[in-house]
Amino acid sequence: MHRTGELYGQFETLEQQKETATLGMWIFLVTEVLFFGGLFLTYTINRHYYFTAFGVGGNMLDLTMGTANTFVLIASSFTMAMSVWTAQTSRKNLLPIFLMLTLILGGVFLGIKYVEYKQKYDHHLIPGPSFDITYRINHPARGDNPKELAAERQEIGEALRTEDPENPQGALVALNAHTQLYFSLYFAMTGLHALHMVVGAGLLIWLFTESLKGRFSTSYYTPVETVGLYWHFVDIVWIYLFALLYLINRHLG
Amino acid sequence: MFGTVLTVAAAVRDFGPWNIVIALAIATSKATLVVLFFMHAWYSPKRTHLVIVSAVFWLALLIGLTVSDYAMRQHDVRNAGPPPVSRLH
Repeated sequence: MHRTGELYGQFETLEQQKETATLGMWIFLVTEVLFFGGLFLTYTINRHYYFTAFGVGGNMLDLTMGTANTFVLIASSFTMAMSVWTAQTSRKNLLPIFLMLTLILGGVFLGIKYVEYKQKYDHHLIPGPSFDITYRINHPARGDNPKELAAERQEIGEALRTEDPENPQGALVALNAHTQLYFSLYFAMTGLHALHMVVGAGLLIWLFTESLKGRFSTSYYTPVETVGLYWHFVDIVWIYLFALLYLINRHLG
Repeated sequence: MFGTVLTVAAAVRDFGPWNIVIALAIATSKATLVVLFFMHAWYSPKRTHLVIVSAVFWLALLIGLTVSDYAMRQHDVRNAGPPPVSRLH
């Protein structure tokens, strides 16, 4: 096949063959845009109707970890672009290094995500029967910052008054339910994104092992370029996820 | 990188109803830079540009038409959630 960059079957030039591969990846990415787009749409509409609960939910996310993840992913996109450049310019000694750096940064991202998810589990914020937004303020753990807890308590109080001033019990049930909706979307969207990262990591491992065999050079670096496109796309999805999930309504906190 | 700092800084300050616009504007400009330069869209043939534009177009259609559909449903506005699809039955 085209594993060695030879002209294959229906193509007229090597240039056309390479362009076809990248075009194929671009078209796949269009389908991915719409794939994530459906979830973003769900988020948009529900955010409009449950504005208060989404604000409460958003403020429960850890901004430090989210920002760190954003920096990590953008850095990994940079190392990925460097990988493509080193492949393109036949710097075969540098290519595995940049691929490995990208892989490591991806791993760091997933590690931080794991810590975040674990924190949500500890705070009873995983959607399901044990979901309870008041858990954290009612059961403070040792590492919790008292000012943060007080701010959260005040915020939930305000949210309850906004939801239904006359019926505090019913308001808490409603707020819990609507915030659970927020977290369902949070886990669905970041989970789907993390799944894409894992696939990307697998592709990077494959690229890394192939690059060690010296397979990529100026005449043939198509796999590096297409995996690069995929990786940058996953980065872009995160940029939007970060903006919509973590950064809206921060001022309410 | 600079964009990320800007995003977080902008988010912590409150611009009122402009919040979401600014957050999305910064996210979009960051995404645009990634697409153009990291993904070599700047250097690619016109048909690739067509593909990228089509992605944005269909996404805009998806979000635009659905949101406008919801916006035109008449229902009790009392923080009651999204309106039902139809009341004909």
